[in-house]
Amino acid sequence: MRRLRTYHEVTEADRSGLGSQVAAQHERVSTRLAGIRHVVAVMSGKGGVGKSFVTAGLAGGLARAGRATGVLDGDLHGPTAARMLGVAPGRLEVRADGVSPAVAPGGVRVMSSDLLLAEGAALRWREPGQFRHVWRGTLESGMLREFLADVRWGPLDVLLVDLPPGTERLDALVELLPRPPGVVVVTIPSEASFRSVRRALEAALDASLPIHGVIENMAGYRCAGCSSEGPLFQGDAGERLAQKAGAPLLARIPFDPRAQAAVDAGRPDAAADALAAATRALLSRLEGP
Amino acid sequence: MKFLCVECDRQMGFAERELPGDGTLAAVFTCPACNRAVAMLTNPMETQLVASLGVKIGGRALPEQPLELVRSAMQGGREDAFAEAPAAAGAHPSWDAAAKERLERVPAFVRGMVQRIYLDWAAQHGIALITPDVMDEARRELGLEGM
Repeated sequence: MRRLRTYHEVTEADRSGLGSQVAAQHERVSTRLAGIRHVVAVMSGKGGVGKSFVTAGLAGGLARAGRATGVLDGDLHGPTAARMLGVAPGRLEVRADGVSPAVAPGGVRVMSSDLLLAEGAALRWREPGQFRHVWRGTLESGMLREFLADVRWGPLDVLLVDLPPGTERLDALVELLPRPPGVVVVTIPSEASFRSVRRALEAALDASLPIHGVIENMAGYRCAGCSSEGPLFQGDAGERLAQKAGAPLLARIPFDPRAQAAVDAGRPDAAADALAAATRALLSRLEGP
Repeated sequence: MKFLCVECDRQMGFAERELPGDGTLAAVFTCPACNRAVAMLTNPMETQLVASLGVKIGGRALPEQPLELVRSAMQGGREDAFAEAPAAAGAHPSWDAAAKERLERVPAFVRGMVQRIYLDWAAQHGIALITPDVMDEARRELGLEGM
């Protein structure tokens, strides 16, 4: 019986070159990010812990410190980072070499699905009606890849990537980037948050990602009237996660309804104030003391 | 995925692609030795699976456009999401009225990219005037489903 050559033995040139096309996509990411000194993923395994608030505060603080900063909103289904930074949807300029990011009032460059989707529209794809789950994740990874590769980020000191809850987007990010991103872990103090965020932290440690530190958000409540602080959640998740990561607890941030309202209204200065110590600690981790 | 001509033990090469418009795809491969041709027919799900990767069966005739996958595959895009930068100075293909009208029917979210693709393709082929026939030819060669 005739022996057929195997896939790997058949090596003639082929116009399709699907593998080469995928490799070229990754090369575009590498080329685009060559001018970015640090990529930092802001992640948590749990929703509702204030990752976007933290991202907005860190971005605002880094910009204040004179660092060229970008924010990629990796929460493709629930994007909030752009508006928290004071960016309203508007036309993004497209050139042959890429799409210009939006620029927040503080100079932070931003890309988000919020800037592309019609007001209130959910992220949906043109696709056949059956088995959408098969390729939806692939399309979302493709969107993340294009946000990295096709946005004219320019030279940046730090690109913050605001990740959605869970670990799937972190995995995609790690595979797309030419070198591992650093990670800032966000939690609230509660035991439930500890259990959930620990899983995400394990995923980051398994991938040998450098953990820059943990931020415990909503660590107490700051009264909008008298500014006195009181308890909000029981627990010490931040401290325990930091120990587990072998990384510092960068900050414990009390929930301040005035700061949250300001950030929701697109004025991130209050978040930058709240995250000032965390920003300094992060910069020290990134650039040395 | 590769196609091997069993008779000649040669890898078959991509020859052409057809997009009937129903989400399916036909790609023809031929043997460089005996010219035997086979057609690979993919159903809408298989076609989508490849498209989701942002790759083209048969290879790319033009460079990938910025945010090409997002702009071609995302639904519910803002009409005013993008502003195309003016083209560089020099001679560019022009559009006849029917082609212009057809382009205007493309959703605004993706229209700028589609326009740029047709312009690049026409320029690459030395075509000075873009007509609906030119658009059809470009669409077939480039595999522009739904554009």
